[in-house]
Amino acid sequence: MEEIHLPEPDKPLPDLNISNSQGILQWISSVDHKQIGIMYLWLSVLFLLTGGSEILLMRLQLAVPNNHFIGPEMYNQLFTMHGTTMIFFVAMPAIFGFATYFIPLMIGANDMAFPRLNAFSFWATFSGGFLLYFSFLAGGAPDAGWFNYAPLNQYNYSSSPGIDYYCSGLLLAGTGTVTASINFIVTILKYRVSSMGLNQMPLYIWMMLINSFLVLAAFPSLNAALLMLLADRQLHAHFFSASSGGSALLWQHLFWLFGHPEVYIVILPIFGIFSEVFPVFSRKAIFGYGFVVGSGIAIALLAFGVWVHHMFATGLGNTVNGFFAASSLLIGIPTGVKIFNWLATMHGGAIRFTVSMMFAIAFLIEFTIGGLSGISFAIVPIDLQLTDTYYVVAHLHYVFIGGTIFGLLSGLFYWFPKMSGRMLNERWGKWFFWLFVAGFNITFLVQHALGAMGMTRRVYTYPNLAGWGILNLISTTGAFIMAIAVGLLIYIIIKAMGNGVKAPGDPWDANTLEWTTSSTPGLKNFEQVMQVRSTRPYRDYKRPDDADWKKNR
Amino acid sequence: MEYKLMMKLVVGTEAMFFVCLMMAFIYFSLLPGFAPHQLHDLDIKATGFFSIMLFSSSFTYWRAETNFNNGRLKRFKCWVLLTLALGSTFLIGQCNEYLKLLHNDITISSSTFGTSFFTLTGFHGLHVFVGLIIISIVTCLAFLGDYDHSKSSVVSTVGIYWHFVDIVWLFVFFIVYVIPHLT
Repeated sequence: MEEIHLPEPDKPLPDLNISNSQGILQWISSVDHKQIGIMYLWLSVLFLLTGGSEILLMRLQLAVPNNHFIGPEMYNQLFTMHGTTMIFFVAMPAIFGFATYFIPLMIGANDMAFPRLNAFSFWATFSGGFLLYFSFLAGGAPDAGWFNYAPLNQYNYSSSPGIDYYCSGLLLAGTGTVTASINFIVTILKYRVSSMGLNQMPLYIWMMLINSFLVLAAFPSLNAALLMLLADRQLHAHFFSASSGGSALLWQHLFWLFGHPEVYIVILPIFGIFSEVFPVFSRKAIFGYGFVVGSGIAIALLAFGVWVHHMFATGLGNTVNGFFAASSLLIGIPTGVKIFNWLATMHGGAIRFTVSMMFAIAFLIEFTIGGLSGISFAIVPIDLQLTDTYYVVAHLHYVFIGGTIFGLLSGLFYWFPKMSGRMLNERWGKWFFWLFVAGFNITFLVQHALGAMGMTRRVYTYPNLAGWGILNLISTTGAFIMAIAVGLLIYIIIKAMGNGVKAPGDPWDANTLEWTTSSTPGLKNFEQVMQVRSTRPYRDYKRPDDADWKKNR
Repeated sequence: MEYKLMMKLVVGTEAMFFVCLMMAFIYFSLLPGFAPHQLHDLDIKATGFFSIMLFSSSFTYWRAETNFNNGRLKRFKCWVLLTLALGSTFLIGQCNEYLKLLHNDITISSSTFGTSFFTLTGFHGLHVFVGLIIISIVTCLAFLGDYDHSKSSVVSTVGIYWHFVDIVWLFVFFIVYVIPHLT
């Protein structure tokens, strides 16, 4: 057999370009956390474009009443794939990409604790995504919605192999997610530079630590449910088919026992990103470090006590509903605490309105709107009225886009210079920001009204009732504005990679260790790491007379 | 140390997985359509005997680990071989029981009892099987002399997993075999 030569990188890592001196094989065989992080991010971009095209087709279908542009079968597949893709293959890989790239850099480590496991995590996620999409070729994509309720997920209601691909794809990706989280925890707990105690960890690291525990506790529930569903469909077991003694509710319990923590899994790392961005661009230390950490832990614990608020309409009785209504109202509090932490960080600071900071400020507004519409679902009578309407769609997009995506974009504009060695064009970035925020609000603000008027989600068309046509047309217009914005973003990124302004090591006058390396970091992250004596070690180093640790004594 | 921490995290997330499977079994046992008479097709005596085999394999592994840490490699090899034998006996017992149930037309698709029973005990059996593979690898490495001169945390790390698999069976045995016989 011919021996395969796996090229080792011999100079500072290539930037975001796929093509480098050693070709694509070097990327595929890489166990370097920076390269794997970048691959996660590109995977996320690929699926963003896929999931985005799906929603554009759906919005075209919904643009006018009684439309027959795409039929109901195709529509069902599109909304299922859109939801599944955006959550599992856009939000998760992007979050894990940033984490894989920046956890070692921010704690002064040279790589993850288990580099090969790290590569496994990425390739499992990658394969899971492609397995899910293979269903289109295998006879039909899954079509029972991203939460895939029984009995619609049973063979007699969905006989195409789509849902089998849904199960195996998500199982594979879920395995990757769990192994990556284990890797994060071990790296954070064992590989910090020795002078960095838990109280000196950057808040992003704290949030990723909490988040990883959340993944370990929540994902087994999804994996168990998927295996049971696979047994139902392939071995004729009776877990979820009520007609043969199974329980459709069991699926909902298992899914939401995972699903509600999942929405915190995609927002806690974002809270971490903002807890880095706000202090840097306000030129102040974070206000209430302990409160940010503590409320993060509180969210993680409460996350497991609220899942039934997705199931109020299933009729579990007043006692159960009352308990979960109370716990769901309660979980709003720690999130509110964080919002005030960031507001207080900005208060009296010398704020720089970079694109990254603008996304952070926009997040405060949009996420609060999403939070308030979420609180309204915790109130059982309102939930019964609004469940499965476009009000839900509006709410979840305000938290997923206004929260998660804004956070990822803020992180992208903040960290891109470190990852690529080039600056993103701030002027074009501001165009992108305004286009994206405007498109987002045009798309989803009107959906609150549509939901309150009674338009149900997941139905491929709607009758010509007063106001429905025009509101849907506005929503579709907004979706296309967002699409143009995303196109602009990709243009900005590609242009910056080609001939952007070269980035210095520390373009933002930032606080944490990743900025002490060159942009892009060398193959070995650190030869030596400065002593960490506060949460802002690099600032202490740059301003020794004004160092945080001197003030705190 | 990082390997042991990693294994503890793996065990934690696996525990959640088994909690879900056990909850499904308990949930179905409270619903109509469970066919509780099939519980009496389970042979508590035979399975009880094989369970003791599995539990004692935890003891033998603990002895193996202690000897390993004290550098008594010969004794370590004996104890670890005994562990392998006991674990395999448990699996043989489980196969035996499955064959008997299948012979009585109790399958994964016969009722919710079959569905939840085979899923729960099957995934546990799979974990025992994986454990045996891992311990076999450790044993082979020991006989090849890999541990003769160097300390390794691998034996303790595998031990965390193996004891976990036993503890899971303790819960499964009580939920599936003991409690239904009490009521």
